[in-house]
Amino acid sequence: MDVEILSRIQFGLTAMFHFIFPPFSIGLGLLLVIYESLYLLTKKSVYEKITRFWIKIFAANFSVGVATGIVLEFEFGTNWSKYSRFVGDIFGSPLAAEGIFAFFLESGFLAILLFGWNRVKPITHWFSTLMVALGSMMSAFWIIVANSWQQTPVAYKIVEQNGSSRAIITDFWEVVFNPSSMPRFFHTILGSYLQGSFLVISICAFYLLKNKHQEFAKKSIFIALSVAVLSSVAQPLLGHWHAQVVAKYQPVKMAAYEGHFETSSNAPLTLFGWVDKESQTTYGVKVPGLLSFLIAGKTDHTVLGLNEVDQELWPNINQVFQSYHLMIAIGMVLILISFVSLYWHFRKKLYDKKWLLKLYIPSVLLPIMANQAGWFSAERGRQPWIVQGLLKTSEGISPSIASWEVLTSLTFFILIYILLFFSWVYILNKEIQHGPDSHENIESGYQKNKLFLNSGGTSGV
Amino acid sequence: MEYEVLWYLIIGILLMGYAVLDGFDLGVGALHLFAKGDHQRRLMLNSIGPVWDGNEVWLITAGGALFAAFPEIYATAFSSFYLPFMFLLFALIFRAVSIEFRSKEQSPKWRSFWDVSFSVGSILASILYGVAIGNVINGFPIGADHEFQGNVLSLITPYTLLTGLFSLVLFSMHASLYLILKTEGELQSKIKKIAFKLFGAFFILYALLTIITLFKHPEMLANFSFGKITPLTPHPLILKNQIALSYFAWTVVLLNLLAIVNIPRCLIKGLELQGFLSSAASILAVVMFFALGLFPNMLISNISSDYSLDIYNGSSSPYTLKTMFHVAIWGMPFVLIYTTLIYRTYRGKTKITQDSY
Repeated sequence: MDVEILSRIQFGLTAMFHFIFPPFSIGLGLLLVIYESLYLLTKKSVYEKITRFWIKIFAANFSVGVATGIVLEFEFGTNWSKYSRFVGDIFGSPLAAEGIFAFFLESGFLAILLFGWNRVKPITHWFSTLMVALGSMMSAFWIIVANSWQQTPVAYKIVEQNGSSRAIITDFWEVVFNPSSMPRFFHTILGSYLQGSFLVISICAFYLLKNKHQEFAKKSIFIALSVAVLSSVAQPLLGHWHAQVVAKYQPVKMAAYEGHFETSSNAPLTLFGWVDKESQTTYGVKVPGLLSFLIAGKTDHTVLGLNEVDQELWPNINQVFQSYHLMIAIGMVLILISFVSLYWHFRKKLYDKKWLLKLYIPSVLLPIMANQAGWFSAERGRQPWIVQGLLKTSEGISPSIASWEVLTSLTFFILIYILLFFSWVYILNKEIQHGPDSHENIESGYQKNKLFLNSGGTSGV
Repeated sequence: MEYEVLWYLIIGILLMGYAVLDGFDLGVGALHLFAKGDHQRRLMLNSIGPVWDGNEVWLITAGGALFAAFPEIYATAFSSFYLPFMFLLFALIFRAVSIEFRSKEQSPKWRSFWDVSFSVGSILASILYGVAIGNVINGFPIGADHEFQGNVLSLITPYTLLTGLFSLVLFSMHASLYLILKTEGELQSKIKKIAFKLFGAFFILYALLTIITLFKHPEMLANFSFGKITPLTPHPLILKNQIALSYFAWTVVLLNLLAIVNIPRCLIKGLELQGFLSSAASILAVVMFFALGLFPNMLISNISSDYSLDIYNGSSSPYTLKTMFHVAIWGMPFVLIYTTLIYRTYRGKTKITQDSY
């Protein structure tokens, strides 16, 4: 296989594996802020127990996220040197901003979040939790800014330097708020809230079914369900906003999302189906005019078809179509689960519904799959461009690396990530089986802190 | 000052921060297997527990800053060092998850697996940093298009292996002084014994490496020479400031000598914090010598000096340099505040509590 294919597989795999973890951090981060706020407001020890337990889950997840995230920052340079030269002036800036503004904030306060219970005042600990949650969202913001510029490049000019052309910034803030960065940021954040809250829902449902840690599980799951309901309902609106931006700025990608070959008005929306590239037909259940309507608010809007551009500029239509539709289908299922939960909650029978609790347990896989599928369709749908309309993926590769080198690194990544994944699942399972520390086992932050302050400050030198 | 120079300084500061901070936690990893028994090993891990992640952020930010300010350097360096950097990534991955996973399971097999992977990862990463620096000093085959013309074997020479060994010893010595500060009792006395040996090895290697570098790469001395040695690329800015740079460089040399002499003194007298700060100062000086020797070049081609990359032909547009400089100036105070707060919060001897790794 050639270097380009191997590098694309490697980048895709490492990015997808990495992206299992940050959405958990972002989603759990929000929940931790809520749980710990409740602890500070009510001073009930159950909320301390809740906060401490989810911090443990958060920590195991966070460290794998950090370890796999640094890989991506290196890979732009190692595998995509031509791309890095072309976009560095623009793409590097949000990456640097992410380091300075988000990673330092996150890592600094994480130390207090994990180890600071007995070293700082409860309010300081709470503030640290807030900062870690904020840091993880800021990190998402900057990296999505960078990625979005590749989708909808603006505020640049092309110049010749060192004998090759490159893009340079003309306006920093225009790059930051490029047409797709905000809808994509909020869409990703809500996806993360769903992933984080369904993790909590899933684990708590397990406890409720096993009749363990009842108070802990009921209080945890209630907050998580509230976040899940709000996020799942708001998500299609943001997705819609995002899709309109795609239709406007990346019409070929939109046509691939919907398997839309011929430019037409009254364009249909396919609910599910199969794209046959040979016969240029999309088979499936279609709603006439709905695609036109969703894009422009009227059914007679003309939607560009794939045939307007050369086939060489098409992404892999079926892969893009299927992953996009998978994401939407899962989104709908999540809304359904949310409403069913809401219904039984108001009838005060939520915790008696064994079938629902059983359904909750594997439900965490749904937002993971939706987040993966959504990004897969977004990135796959941009092909063959690495920067939409400006630079092809094939033009971005490092010319100096050999295919055996990429094959070597790819093999190592696969082996290491399999090991990491199973170790992470093992640890997660262990924490879940162990459950939250019972009240007698945890020295309350308040009590300890009082002792600690009376003893005259820090316990060290 | 020109923005290109300011950015060279910022990258330099980030790398110095990284070397001083992650230097000791990489070194703790390198020394990890010297600690015997579960309790001692947990003390080793927890001595860096709250800070290692923040320390690594200095590298991530340096990488991002290099990408933003000097994309050509970033692209050439990272693609030239493809396999070494991949193995650096594997090493960093293993370190990170080993710290997190190790103590989450009682089984001795589980624990010793992650102990070994933590230590091997740390050792490998420390060596690879040194090999990379050695290659930058040596120069490597960069073509007219700024792409690498060699293969991975051309990066491994006796000189680069020596720089790799030096960085391992440097970080290990630094870590031993850090551990003396963070531990007590039996573990501390064990580390103290190792610290003397490491200092000896550091001293010999440092002297050896300095002599070899002076003979092999006299051009690295241009900014120390008060104008006597012509720099590799005689930029007008450098020629104009060679005297001032030389005064600065020799001040660093002098301070560095004092810091190095102070290390064994502190070890003997039991001055824990001062000993650690002295080794921190030595690391700062090593990075500064490297930066001063190289300036204004960043990557040297051994095919033709026309293909070398410096702060001018490797940098982003003036607008980006200026904008990102403001971003950095706004961000850096926060970085310093977080770093100070964390180190203040976790000062003192490491204790194992219920929250520990």
